[in-house]
Amino acid sequence: MNAPTLTRRGFTQGLAAGLGGITLAFSLDPAELMGQGTTPRLPGSLVNNKMLDAWVRIGGDGNATIHTGKVELGQGILTALWQIAAEELDLAPSRVMIFSADTALSPNEGQTAGSQSIENSGTALRMACAEVRSMLVDIAAAKLGVPANSLTVTDGVIMTADRLKVTYAEAVAQLDLNREATAKVPPKPASAHKIVGQSVPRLDIPGKVTGRITYVQDIFEAGMVHGRVVRPPRYGSTLESVDDAAVRSMPGVIKVVRDGSFLGVVAEREEQAIKAREALAKSAKWKLGPELPDPANIHAHLKSLPSKDEVIGVKQAPALASAGGRSHEATYTKPYLAHGSIGPSCAVATLLNGRMIVWTHSQGVFPLRNELVKALKMPAKDVRCIHVEGSGCYGQNGADDVALDAALLARAVPDKPVRLQWMRDDEFAWEPYGAAMSMSVKASLNADGQIADWQYELWSNTHSMRPESTDGTNVLAAWYMAEPQPHGAPRGIPQPAGGGDRNSIPLYDFPNQKVVHHFIPDMPIRVSALRTLGAYANVFAIESFIDEMALLAKADPVAFRLAHLKDPRAKAVIEKVAAMANWKAGEAGSLARGRGVSFAKYKNLATYVAVIADVEIDRSSGKVRVPQVWAAADSGLVINPDGLKNQIEGGIIQSASWTLYEQVRFDKSGIKSMDWASYPIMRMPDVPKVTVELINRPNERPLGAGEGSQGPAVAAIANAVAHATGKRLRDLPLDAGRVKTALG
Amino acid sequence: MAITIKVNGVSRTSPAEPDTPLLYVLRNDLFLAGAKFGCGLAQCGACTVLVDGKATRSCVTPVGSLGNAEITTIEGLGTIEKPHALQKAFIDEQAAQCGYCINGMIMKAKELLDQKPQPTDTDVREALAGHLCRCGTHNRIVAAVVRAGKEMGRI
Repeated sequence: MNAPTLTRRGFTQGLAAGLGGITLAFSLDPAELMGQGTTPRLPGSLVNNKMLDAWVRIGGDGNATIHTGKVELGQGILTALWQIAAEELDLAPSRVMIFSADTALSPNEGQTAGSQSIENSGTALRMACAEVRSMLVDIAAAKLGVPANSLTVTDGVIMTADRLKVTYAEAVAQLDLNREATAKVPPKPASAHKIVGQSVPRLDIPGKVTGRITYVQDIFEAGMVHGRVVRPPRYGSTLESVDDAAVRSMPGVIKVVRDGSFLGVVAEREEQAIKAREALAKSAKWKLGPELPDPANIHAHLKSLPSKDEVIGVKQAPALASAGGRSHEATYTKPYLAHGSIGPSCAVATLLNGRMIVWTHSQGVFPLRNELVKALKMPAKDVRCIHVEGSGCYGQNGADDVALDAALLARAVPDKPVRLQWMRDDEFAWEPYGAAMSMSVKASLNADGQIADWQYELWSNTHSMRPESTDGTNVLAAWYMAEPQPHGAPRGIPQPAGGGDRNSIPLYDFPNQKVVHHFIPDMPIRVSALRTLGAYANVFAIESFIDEMALLAKADPVAFRLAHLKDPRAKAVIEKVAAMANWKAGEAGSLARGRGVSFAKYKNLATYVAVIADVEIDRSSGKVRVPQVWAAADSGLVINPDGLKNQIEGGIIQSASWTLYEQVRFDKSGIKSMDWASYPIMRMPDVPKVTVELINRPNERPLGAGEGSQGPAVAAIANAVAHATGKRLRDLPLDAGRVKTALG
Repeated sequence: MAITIKVNGVSRTSPAEPDTPLLYVLRNDLFLAGAKFGCGLAQCGACTVLVDGKATRSCVTPVGSLGNAEITTIEGLGTIEKPHALQKAFIDEQAAQCGYCINGMIMKAKELLDQKPQPTDTDVREALAGHLCRCGTHNRIVAAVVRAGKEMGRI
C-alpha cells in the first residue's frame, strides 16, 4: 500500500457502518445457491471475484477482515454485510472488521445501486464465509482426530462435545484462502440465524451524532491544500480568457489550473480557495454553449426529439373485449428533480510518486477509476480510488465529477493532497438530474366496470449516465478539457428492471395491455440516475389513472384495485393499509381532508408497498399539507424490522417533498436552481407523520426495499388532492400555485 | 495576527483572517469536523454551533466577530463513550440515515432544550424548521429530541 495514511484523529477506512433498511435479498434456500447442474456458476459477486481471500482473511488472532466492493451511502450496507459475515463465520461481530470499496484491495463489484448489494455482495460473503468456517473446522477436526461434523463453533472456538478446543487463531496457520471459492458449503438456514434477523443498531450512528470523522468531507491529510473549481454559465460553454495573474497573487493561492475550459484553483486554506474561485469566476470570459429549452414547453420539446421506441408488456385477450364501456385518457408529467444532497460533493486527491490516489464517495470506485484513467491518460495500475462515505446521494450526484476535478487539481500540484468540496451552486447547477418524463394513458371499461384495455406510453431520457454505463467518458470535466472526451450514446436499462420504463407495466390483471417506451437519446439538460429511476413517475401516472378509472366506474379506489389484482401479496398490503387508516368506501373529500390510496411492487420484482395519504388544503394559498401517511410493506422475510421501517419512512418523506415542492428551475440562459431558496424542499413542520406496518413472510425470499415506497407515496398524495379538491392534477409538483389555479 | 477564540471551554488560536467563516477555522485549524459545510449561505443548518448558547450558522459567522464568546460544538456536548442526553437519544431512536444534517439538528435542539426543557413534538418541528434533512429522517429526529427532553427531566 503506497497510500499515505489518513491522519485526522485516527480516521480509519474500515469503520464498520450502519444498518438502515436492510433486507437481505439472498435466497433462503441454500440449495438454490449451490450452483446446480453440470456447470455450476458461482453465486452473487463470486462469479467475477472467485478468490476466497479477496473477500475474507483470518488474522493470527483469529479475527476476520472482510472486503466488499460495495459502499456505504448512509443506507447501512456495511453493517448488513458485516452481520452476514459474522453470522457465517461464527465470530462475535466485534471480531469482524469490514472494509469498503478500494480499487487496490476490494473485489470489483461495480456500482452500489439498484438495491443489488445484498443480493450480490451479501450472497458472495455468505457463501465465502461459510466455506472459510468449514475449512477451519476441517483443520480442527484433523488436529483433534475427530469427525468435522462432531464439532461446534462459538465465537471462533471450535469444540468437541467433551470440550476439546481449537481456536481460529490456532487453526489459521494451516488455512490457505488463496484459492477459488467452490460455493459447495451450504450457508446456515434462516432458522439458525443469531445475528442476521436482529434489529441491530447501526454502528455508524454513535460517531455521526458525536462529530467523529465520518465523511470524505472530513478527511484531513498532513500538508493538505484546498481546491475549488469555476464552472461555466451553462452547459457546453468554452473558456475564452481568464485573467489569472491577479488571482495568482491573492493570499494563499498556490496555482490556477486551466485545462481547456476546465478551470480551478488550489490554495493553502479553504477560505482562500473560495475567494480565489470568486475572483476567477468574475474575470472568466466564456463563449456560451447552446441555449436550454424553454421550460414552459419542456415536455413538448422532449417529445419532439427523435426517440427509439420499444413495445413492452403486451397482453392480448383471445377475443378482444368489445368496447362496451366508456373510455378515458390522460397525460401526466414529472419535472427534472435534483438529488439535492445536503453536503455538496467532495473528493481528496493526491499525485504521489506518479500515482494518483483519490478518496471518493462515488457509488462505484472501479467504474470511476476507469473514467479517471481515460481522462488523466494514466495506466489503471497507477490510479487508486478509495471509498469514504459522503452525504446521502440518492443516485448519481456530483460524486464522480468532483473526483476528476480533484485529480486534475492534484496533478497540477504533485505531492500535495488536494481537498475539493463543491460549493452549493456547483452541486445544484451541475449534478445530473432525474429526467423529466411524460406519461399518457388510455383505458376503457367493459360493461361490468372492469378495465378491458390499457394503453400506456412514456417519453423519457436515459436514467443512467453513470461511469461505464455508456461508451466515452462520463465525468463532467472530461467534456471540457483541452482534449475533450465526450460521453457515448446513452443506453436504456432493459426490462424487467427497466430505466425510464421501470414500473411502467402495471401489475393489474388487464386482459389487453400495451406499453410503449419512447427512449429519447438527446439530453438538453444533464440527467442520470435518481432514486427509483422511472418508477416514481410511472407509478404516479398508473396509480393516478387507476383512480380516474375507478371514478368513471363509480367504484371505490381500494375495491377497484383489489378487483384487478390476482397476486395475493399485492392484495394483502392494500387490505392492510386500508385497515390501518380505517379506509371507508364512499367517504366524501373536502379541502379539510382528502384521502388517497396507491400501490406498487418496486421494479415489479421487489417490495410490495401500499400507501394511504391524508391531505389538507389551504383555500387561499393552494398549499397542500400531508398530516399523515400510512404504509404497509411486504419485503418477504423481514431481516431488520427497524431498518426496513426507516427506509420506508424516509422514502415516503422524500417522495412527499418531490411531489409537493420540487422541480429544477431553468430558462434558456441556464440552470436557475442554485441554492435551497431556488430549490425548496420539505421542511420539518410540513413533514407527515408516517405509520409503517410490515407483513413478515419468513418463508419468502427477502426483497429489496430501499426505493419501494416512493412511487406509492406520490400517487397516494395526488389521489388525496383529487379527493379533496374534485380536480385531477396531472403535472408534478403539486405546488401551491398549481393547486390554487385548479381551485379557481 | 492569530485570532483567539474560546471553543468547548478552551482558548484556541487560528492564523485565519478575521473575515474567515468560523466553520473553516473549526474544521481546518481546530480539527473539529462535526459542523458541516452544506451551503455556505445559512440556508440548511448543517454548520450550526452554539455561540453563547445561541444556535449560530458558522458558515456565515466571521471568526473575528466572536470576541470572548463561548463557542460550543457537537464535540463539546459529549463523546461516543460519554454521550450527551441528546446524542444518546439520537442513538436510541436510530435517528440518522446519512447523518450529514445531524450536527445541526442536535445543536439547534440543544438550544431548544436549554430554553424549553420538555418540548412537544410541535415545538421541536418549529424549532428545526430551518434545518434541512434529505433522507427523510425527520420524524425520528423529532422523536429523539422529545425523548432527550424527557430523559433529562428525569435526572
